[in-house]
Amino acid sequence: MGLQSRGDRLVEIIIYILLALIAAVVIYPLVFVLSASFSKPDFVLRGEMWLLPKGINLDAYSKIFQNKDLWIGYRNTIVYTLVGTSINLLMTILAAYPMSRKDFAGRNFVMAMMVVTLFFSGGLIPTYLLIKKLHMLDTFWVMVIPNAVSVWNIIIMRTFFQSSIPHEIQESAMIDGCANWQILIRIVLPLSMPVIAVMILFYAVGHWNAFFNALIYLNDKDKFPLQLILREMLIQNSMKDMVKLTQEAVAKQAMSVEGIKYAIIVVANLPVLLLYPFLQKYFVKGVMIGALKG
Amino acid sequence: MEQVTPDVPIHKDRTRTASSPLLKTVKRNWDLYLMIIPVIAFFVIFAYLPLYGIQIAFKDFSAFKGIWDSPWVGFKHFERFFDSYYFWRLIRNSFLLGVYSLAIGFPIPIILALMLNEVKSNRFKKFVQTITYAPYFLSTVVIVGMLFIFLSPRTGLINHIIQAFGGDPIAFMTSAGWFKTLYVFSDVWQTAGWSSIIYLASLAGIDTQLHEAAKVDGATKLQRIWHINIPGIMPTIVILLILNLGSVLSIGFEKVLLMQNNLNMSGSDIISTYVYRSGILDAQYSFSTAVDLFNSIINFVLLVTVNYVARRVNDTSLW
Repeated sequence: MGLQSRGDRLVEIIIYILLALIAAVVIYPLVFVLSASFSKPDFVLRGEMWLLPKGINLDAYSKIFQNKDLWIGYRNTIVYTLVGTSINLLMTILAAYPMSRKDFAGRNFVMAMMVVTLFFSGGLIPTYLLIKKLHMLDTFWVMVIPNAVSVWNIIIMRTFFQSSIPHEIQESAMIDGCANWQILIRIVLPLSMPVIAVMILFYAVGHWNAFFNALIYLNDKDKFPLQLILREMLIQNSMKDMVKLTQEAVAKQAMSVEGIKYAIIVVANLPVLLLYPFLQKYFVKGVMIGALKG
Repeated sequence: MEQVTPDVPIHKDRTRTASSPLLKTVKRNWDLYLMIIPVIAFFVIFAYLPLYGIQIAFKDFSAFKGIWDSPWVGFKHFERFFDSYYFWRLIRNSFLLGVYSLAIGFPIPIILALMLNEVKSNRFKKFVQTITYAPYFLSTVVIVGMLFIFLSPRTGLINHIIQAFGGDPIAFMTSAGWFKTLYVFSDVWQTAGWSSIIYLASLAGIDTQLHEAAKVDGATKLQRIWHINIPGIMPTIVILLILNLGSVLSIGFEKVLLMQNNLNMSGSDIISTYVYRSGILDAQYSFSTAVDLFNSIINFVLLVTVNYVARRVNDTSLW
């Protein structure tokens, strides 16, 4: 143990320093956004705030609390996330359990059928035409049905069922006359809480952050998810500022919009960022299970 | 029957006249089939039915006539695309962005994992991991929003720093020249930590005896990383490289679309954003389906080629 050479010691120190620098570079923008959201916008916009909030003020938050669009988006996203994740979880279990059973004739065929979809898809327009044909354009369902299940997650869950649920338990239940669905509900699922947690988190974060289906399939602003509203506030507004900053008044107004953007980002990410430290180990576990097979 | 399905309990009292083993298994597992029916229905409707619609790439689609009855026009839409002013610009941008992303974005997670693997203090390791994984959970909209905020010519932090050193502010987000660099490095910032997990898992699987033996033989830390750790995770690296190379031209479309604007279009327009524009915004359904199909075919050929080369050279492949 104590035989480390000086060269090794040096390499180790360099690695620690580099990692600390990387961590700093990653965390700095996030801390900056958080601090800026609590600061007086003038300081932030003039570049006088570097790390900690300066001229503490909550105006930005009180302004966005009055923004109706943002809250409609927030509410919609919560509903899409809850309903969407429930559908995802149900579908993933329904697919993964039969496919984890070696005595399920046809499992290779079903697997092949799913994997093919990873490589071949109809593409944007044929899918759009299908959604139109199904009369799903501009409906609630378009946000939760076309992405009802992900092949990768089915594979992760199937791998877990195969490798972490002792086969003998299922067999003895079968001998006792348990039907397959009873085995699934009474034996397999209670033993699968870690992977279920992973699935809920993967799917829920996906729904929370999704904006593309909404962009293509939704017109009705009352159905817009949070991300689409954010796009308007954070990105399209920025473009407007850049085009017309000639007049003093316009420039001033742009400044105040600029000032509340930090608070918007904080509010939009709050649920994810608050939960993240507690859930991190589950995410990592999910990637590990996926990696075994992938 | 025992041979076909060794995992199922043996029914001692089964009769010799039973129907075929396959049919029996299916019969006993009827509820498994019931479970998977909704999933199969989902894939048939939402993944396979759209394939039927690809034929409009070779037709003049009209909403009145529908997909089937629209008239065939052969390769008209493809020819129009190949002859169009945008063709080479789209190919160049898609290709450069893909290669740039891969060249920078692929090695960094590997290096990060190799470094993290050397950290002995569990608390420090956990700390760095927690921080570097975090941006992965931010949405693309927020990431691009942050780019706009930090890079704003008047109020952005980066331009304040540039000015503090006496430089002139740069309009990053509206510059075609900066687009690819911003795209690639913001992606590294967001995903490098997360992508390193898979290599860390792979590193954890390396036999510690190899390291002990090498230490006894006097190998330095760098030598052990180079001769034990890197060869140890090589299969993982190759598989991921194949996947990444195969998708060089199907780069994250959402983010490009969000970062795109009229001023940086000459550097940011890629095939998939063009498909979106001509298809969804301009409603040229047949034409954009043709462009999309062209892109998919190139992607597929790339994946197959890369996989073939990897199998010949390295004995590792996806199939």
